[in-house]
Amino acid sequence: MTLEATPETQTPVELITLTIDDVEVSVPKGTLVIRAAELVGTEIPRFCDHPLLEPVGACRQCLVDITDAGNGRGFPKPQASCTIEVAAGMVVKTQVTSPIAEKAQRGNMEFLLINHPLDCPVCDKGGECPLQNQSMTHGQGETRFTETKRTFPKPIQVSEQVLLDRERCVLCARCTRFSEQIAGDPFIELIERGSQQQVGIYEQEPFHSYFSGNTIQICPVGALTSADYRFRARPFDLVSTPSIAEHDSCGSAIRVDHRRGKVMRRLAGDDPEVNEEWITDKDRFAFTSATQADRLTTPLVRNAAGKLEPTSWPYALAAAAKGLAAAAGKVGVLTGGRLTVEDAYAYSKFARTVLRTNDIDFRARAHSDEEASFLASHVAVTGPVVTHAGLEKASTVVLVGFEPEDEAGAVFLRLRKASRKGVKVISIASHTTRGLTKMSGELVRTVPGNEPAALAELELDANAVILVGERLASVRGGYTAALAAAKKSGASLAWIPRRAGDRGSVEVGCLPTLLPGGRPLDVAEARADLAAAWGVRAIPSKKGRDTSGILDSATAGTLKALVVAGVEVADLPDPAAARAALDAVGFLVSLEVRESEVSTRADVVLPIAPMVEKPGSFVNWEGRMRAFGAVLHEPNSLTDIRVLAGIAEELGAPLGFRTVDQARAEMTEVGPWDGDRPVMTPVEHGKKVATRGTVALDTWPQLVDDGRGQDGQELFRATARPAVLRASAHTLGAFDIDPGTFATVSTEAGSVTLPAEVADLPDGVVWAPANSGGTALHATLGAGFGDRVTVAPGKAPRRARGKK
Amino acid sequence: MTNPIRETLWDPIAGFGVTFRTMFRKTVTEQYPFEKIPTAPRFHGRHQLNRWPDGLEKCIGCELCAWACPADAIYVEGASNVEGGRYSPGERYGRVYQINYLRCILCGLCIEACPTRALTMTNEYELADNNRADLIFEKSDLLAPLLPGMVEAPHEMLISDDHHDYYKGMQLPIVGVSSGVSTGSTGEGRETE
Repeated sequence: MTLEATPETQTPVELITLTIDDVEVSVPKGTLVIRAAELVGTEIPRFCDHPLLEPVGACRQCLVDITDAGNGRGFPKPQASCTIEVAAGMVVKTQVTSPIAEKAQRGNMEFLLINHPLDCPVCDKGGECPLQNQSMTHGQGETRFTETKRTFPKPIQVSEQVLLDRERCVLCARCTRFSEQIAGDPFIELIERGSQQQVGIYEQEPFHSYFSGNTIQICPVGALTSADYRFRARPFDLVSTPSIAEHDSCGSAIRVDHRRGKVMRRLAGDDPEVNEEWITDKDRFAFTSATQADRLTTPLVRNAAGKLEPTSWPYALAAAAKGLAAAAGKVGVLTGGRLTVEDAYAYSKFARTVLRTNDIDFRARAHSDEEASFLASHVAVTGPVVTHAGLEKASTVVLVGFEPEDEAGAVFLRLRKASRKGVKVISIASHTTRGLTKMSGELVRTVPGNEPAALAELELDANAVILVGERLASVRGGYTAALAAAKKSGASLAWIPRRAGDRGSVEVGCLPTLLPGGRPLDVAEARADLAAAWGVRAIPSKKGRDTSGILDSATAGTLKALVVAGVEVADLPDPAAARAALDAVGFLVSLEVRESEVSTRADVVLPIAPMVEKPGSFVNWEGRMRAFGAVLHEPNSLTDIRVLAGIAEELGAPLGFRTVDQARAEMTEVGPWDGDRPVMTPVEHGKKVATRGTVALDTWPQLVDDGRGQDGQELFRATARPAVLRASAHTLGAFDIDPGTFATVSTEAGSVTLPAEVADLPDGVVWAPANSGGTALHATLGAGFGDRVTVAPGKAPRRARGKK
Repeated sequence: MTNPIRETLWDPIAGFGVTFRTMFRKTVTEQYPFEKIPTAPRFHGRHQLNRWPDGLEKCIGCELCAWACPADAIYVEGASNVEGGRYSPGERYGRVYQINYLRCILCGLCIEACPTRALTMTNEYELADNNRADLIFEKSDLLAPLLPGMVEAPHEMLISDDHHDYYKGMQLPIVGVSSGVSTGSTGEGRETE
């Protein structure tokens, strides 16, 4: 974001000098005493204090003796250092220099431990517990309390995923403050008084938050535990590896803990620039997808009888090479949006130098030429312009075709933080979602497909940010209108796709019109530059086909072979046509982790390593490189790079690298394009034809849904929001649907029945989740965002998988 | 310098003197394995996973023994006691419990670490085999034998439903347990007498 230096950032920080433990220190004004003490090397024990939560002074553990409050008078009693701001001339004595503070802390620790059970051996927090650690460092080791401890029935379920042991709670209110201040889902609160005070739930509203897992992590005792990780391992025998979350394009820092070759849990990493210390529950809990029974373990080759048969790697690579050689020049490559940037680069180079084609596209979803043009002109190799932290400094943030709570959790939390600071959030969408309410956002009510008109009417200033989602590709003229709005006001524009690999795939040119490093395909110098860097004679100059084009050509027989990686058929714009294309194509190579609709149709199936078993990097939506290392070291697990290099060698045109490190080095060497950026081809706003009796469909996948990446975590899935159909009362009335009863949405391809709910949508629009509650809306209807569907009263659903 | 007379005459008499003297002393050779002599009472032998008097396991799967082990010989996985599948009186039990006697140095640090006295050592010292796999003892190999009145887990808490009463052994249906049935002389055996 091109932020003008505001007066706030220009003024030098006002420093205040105070004395802590006889050491003089200068800290910025507004600093809390507890953090100033850290600067002089004194760690004051604490439980409730958390740098990202507002101070509360609930646990009273951080008591210090303030002998001079800066005005010559001292406090008569020890004070909680987590709530007191520094003042000039203040004299603070912590437990290190003051027996008063030391005694106060020791006494408070004894109080906290009166009712705390001594069940550390069975407690999941044992071994990484702040209470355990600080009672060892600051406690007195002996208890004088001989009476019976207060007990509660244990544990109670706060949600399917979060368990609460009330007797362990020290009432620090970190969880309730997180829920209220950060996530905005205040479904837990402190109730009762005195020794009976406890964390309670609102019985009417379950604690269904997309961020509930963070409360488990910040709990300073073992009061909140994860149902999923409960009793499964101890912290001291877990091996931790820093990594990057793969479920959205935020690139959130995470920590993966594994034991004996099995991932046990994932925790939020600490990256102030990106996700601070929070991650979504999907990033935290959905990590068992690759350990499901349908994991591919050996290469498979279709034999003469038409059956897939396990083979050796050399045989399978040779078979793939033979099939691709036979289809020379008529091969398409679909890479999907889940690849690491190194893997995507290997596909991009494989397509251009080995298969000699530009028929490569990463977009396994609705897409358009306008989008490709927008990505080439405004997204590829633009460094972090709009950033997570920058969102907090914007004047207004406009969301177009983008629901942050469901599609990019870290962005949602930033926007909520920003909105609490006064940043205005405007969403151009069909209705007010729960996420928008939590961001105190303003809705510009729009019929899906009509976003360009709404964008044109926006009045923005130069400090505004427009965030566009990938759904805008379904709207003709959508990106053009977003660019025009940004240009008119001078606002910044950022593209936030849903998948982790999307942005990286743009950077390395997994697009029919774009080469690696943002080199436009139609510029001869760019092609020559890349050919020189790769040491090949020429890069094919013929414009490639996009995903739909590749699939149509495969059906028509123009393309004889396909190489498909990590594409879920149900995600594609027209799943039925895609299945037909995969059936029709002469030769199909599938590089997959798990058995899928592609791998069962393939002629050669090459099993590749899931994310935990390989190093790599993602480029997040900001354009930030997020590198991670392998968590598990499985020698038999090959990366896409190694497999493609193997096929390339069989074809006699070596790729030039075999490992992730080599690919990364080559990418750095090839570098970005330093010539002129391609110019966006503007596209006129075009509306879909509205047929009589139909309504426009608004849809997106919810965060917790039936996606295959979340397989194996049923407790996590149980926290999903129920699948409902939303429409205005007038729309429902027009089709004789009573709110609360079932409604059927249909197209020619199929129909889906969901319970109906009234929401503030414009008339003639319905919203339904794309893949929730076992309904697989998109796969069944073949219709996506902005398409026309019919609605009718429905009978009770055939499958009652909605609530598990 | 040597005295030839002493060497040829006196030394053999002195040497055989030792032999003859020893012939009338008590023998120290143990006829193992034909005759097995008990070890010292606190000898560190094979481990044992103890039970509560109703047969539930004392192990809670806390892994502190595995943490304490200097030879990394112990592997534990905990799990939750569920309705109809109770193995120990509390919430948690040790689902997997393995001791690798190829690595174990029988130091007894695990016994010190155990917070529930679930793990103790017996006097059994015959820990040899002709293959590696059999020297990794599973939970079933390590669990103490069932004494009279004990029922093999899983089952509900038979002594008392209340945890305080259970651990104190109140309303104990089993009056006395004879120690003669126990194979090893364990600390635990003495406790339940």
